[in-house]
Amino acid sequence: MDLQEYFSLVFTDYTLRTITLGTAILGAVCGMLGSFAVLRKQSLLGDAISHAALPGIAIAFLITGAKESNTLLIGALVSGLIGTFWIRGIITKTHLKSDTALGLILSLFFGFGMLLLTFIQKQPNANQAGLDKYLFGQAATLVESDVWFMAIVAGLCLFVLLLFWKEFKLLLFDADYTKTLGFNTKFIDILITSFIVLAIVLGLQTVGVVLMSAMLLAPAAAARQWTNSLSVMVILASVFGAFAGVFGTTISASQNNLSTGPVIVIVAGVFVLISFVFSPSRGLLFRQIRLIKNRRDLELHKTLAFMYHIAETHDDISHPHTVKILNNFQGYTRSTLKKLVDRNYVTLDGQMWSLTENGFNTASNLYNQQSDNNE
Amino acid sequence: MSNAQIEIQIIASLVAIACAIPGTFLVLRKMAMISDAISHSILPGIVIGFFITHDLNSPLLILLAALTGIITVVLVEYIQKTGLVKEDTAIGLVFPILFSIGVIMIAKNANDVHLDIDAVLLGELAFAPFDRLMIAGSDVGPKSMWIIGSILVITITLLIAFFKELKVSTFDAGLASALGFSPVIMHYGLMSVASVTTVGAFDAVGAILVVALMIAPAAAAYLITTDLKKMLLYAICFGVFSAISGYWMAHWLDASIAGSITTMLGLLFLSVYLFAPSKGIIAVMYREKQQRIEVSLLTFLLHLQNHDEIEERHVNHLNEHINWQKVRSKTVLDLALKNNMISIDNKVVSLTEKGKTFTLKAIDYIITNEDSQIEDMKDDFFLFRG
Repeated sequence: MDLQEYFSLVFTDYTLRTITLGTAILGAVCGMLGSFAVLRKQSLLGDAISHAALPGIAIAFLITGAKESNTLLIGALVSGLIGTFWIRGIITKTHLKSDTALGLILSLFFGFGMLLLTFIQKQPNANQAGLDKYLFGQAATLVESDVWFMAIVAGLCLFVLLLFWKEFKLLLFDADYTKTLGFNTKFIDILITSFIVLAIVLGLQTVGVVLMSAMLLAPAAAARQWTNSLSVMVILASVFGAFAGVFGTTISASQNNLSTGPVIVIVAGVFVLISFVFSPSRGLLFRQIRLIKNRRDLELHKTLAFMYHIAETHDDISHPHTVKILNNFQGYTRSTLKKLVDRNYVTLDGQMWSLTENGFNTASNLYNQQSDNNE
Repeated sequence: MSNAQIEIQIIASLVAIACAIPGTFLVLRKMAMISDAISHSILPGIVIGFFITHDLNSPLLILLAALTGIITVVLVEYIQKTGLVKEDTAIGLVFPILFSIGVIMIAKNANDVHLDIDAVLLGELAFAPFDRLMIAGSDVGPKSMWIIGSILVITITLLIAFFKELKVSTFDAGLASALGFSPVIMHYGLMSVASVTTVGAFDAVGAILVVALMIAPAAAAYLITTDLKKMLLYAICFGVFSAISGYWMAHWLDASIAGSITTMLGLLFLSVYLFAPSKGIIAVMYREKQQRIEVSLLTFLLHLQNHDEIEERHVNHLNEHINWQKVRSKTVLDLALKNNMISIDNKVVSLTEKGKTFTLKAIDYIITNEDSQIEDMKDDFFLFRG
């Protein structure tokens, strides 16, 4: 199936439309809530929670004996929340650091989940097959009701986010101030954490336990590079997330043997890479360009200052000197000289140069004041 | 016990020891999550190695995979150094992407590769004894036992050779570089050992169990002791204990060995977390409660000191005045009485001589705020012991 065929199919084919919509909504929700996770320095919490959700899925199945995805997700939600609060308990009550707490809960819960899964597999009823799709996710198993469910959760997230926008923002940037203003910080904190857990659980079916954390982080990390405003970041992250979902689905559908989850993650990773390199204010490329430019400016100024000190020794500032003198000076190059001429600081006459009035004045004030024309 | 069972337990114990040693240092250096990242991102290395060698146990594959692990560390550090995102975000970005690349490589070549992501991630210890190492035609034991055994020997040798350097660079990187051994080399050395151990162990027990075996025993040991040597020893003991008990639990439940070892680790950590003598949750809560009463007692005594009027010192009045609940004021009153700080005469409380000196000392402490004085006070008046 090539791309063109894909696009015509998106609007007609039920499965493809469902999956594309599902991953887009998932990406948007993850981007939205992921922004908070990234800014709160809880990036790895997503990884821990998604692993911690596994035993919940297994236990929910053991209790109900059904593979109804909503009940399994409730199990995942409960065990994810237990994991989150245990992590918090370890960090606040003992001297173990957050990385240890995260790693502990992640591996212990996941191992316990694996024990339960293998235990279930040995059970005599035949209903258990397919639970392991939660490990790596299978977007292909999404049905319309799942997408509706996702849409409802997304709407709920958006509603709560708008309702508590001010509180979330305050808590994010200045927790102590929020407390002194009389907000119930514990409640707000639990609220935002619960929604992050909810978003993770929602994504388990599609991208799976292992890759869920990237789904949460990548759009937010990419969006962070383009803006310093929280609202813009949240919107951008949702857009990035949604596009990663759509592109990922497109690519994986157009090839054989490609599961959707990893492709979405790689697409999101490409977004991050592009943002890291090409973002105008923070990006590596422009930062490097700025660095080179600053260095050139500095060298220009150094040459000018050197010329100024030579010219100083003469009564007539425009007294011509040979270019050769400059050769000993390391800041000098042909191009800097040419640039100085362009700026009308120096006049060049064959192999001789002389400082102009303008150049002399600029040079004498070089270290006293900011130059007016900040090129 | 059959031969295979003994071999499985030996392999599990060797893995536990090999993981506990680098794990202890990772936990102390606050880099525990790096082990999780490495355990995932070795996947592409394993896949490429498998394409070349077609043998999960070949040394080349282990080397390639360990190299991917180190690349992960370098990448994370590079991203972090650009300052664009924080360290945890950098970790969270790098390993899922590398893992995805691995998954896609497997999926694209699924027809010619007998390699399963489940196998990499979860391992199957039960099959380990079937892959034997033959030397000159004679059977010398399971392959994975030899691999993990040699990794363990290397780890222990390095540990003994560089113990002092590791210790200093872990607790005081500044001092380490001032003394002339580079913390950077120590850092990458440790990372390499962690990588190699992860790779060597994944085949037998799976990547996730490696993470659990690295972090959980070390974390539990850290709650019990603050001595590095003891911590290493406890971590190894915890690891081996859960490896063996986990095996028997799996045997009994007929479930995944890796999963039950992790579950045993979890139970072990939970009990240490709850019951550790001074750092455990129960001990911490008890101490916090004691300190709360201690502060209440001080407040109460200061209140008595400040008021000579009878009505201010009436037992019932205290409830309203300091805003305490009935039970709490009774506890505090009893405690003060038991320590002979106050005397109650016709429901009016007054300070005894001992109480007065104590209060004066307390004021002194509050003004100067020196810790040594409160220690003195505790000795003078065995506050909560009597």
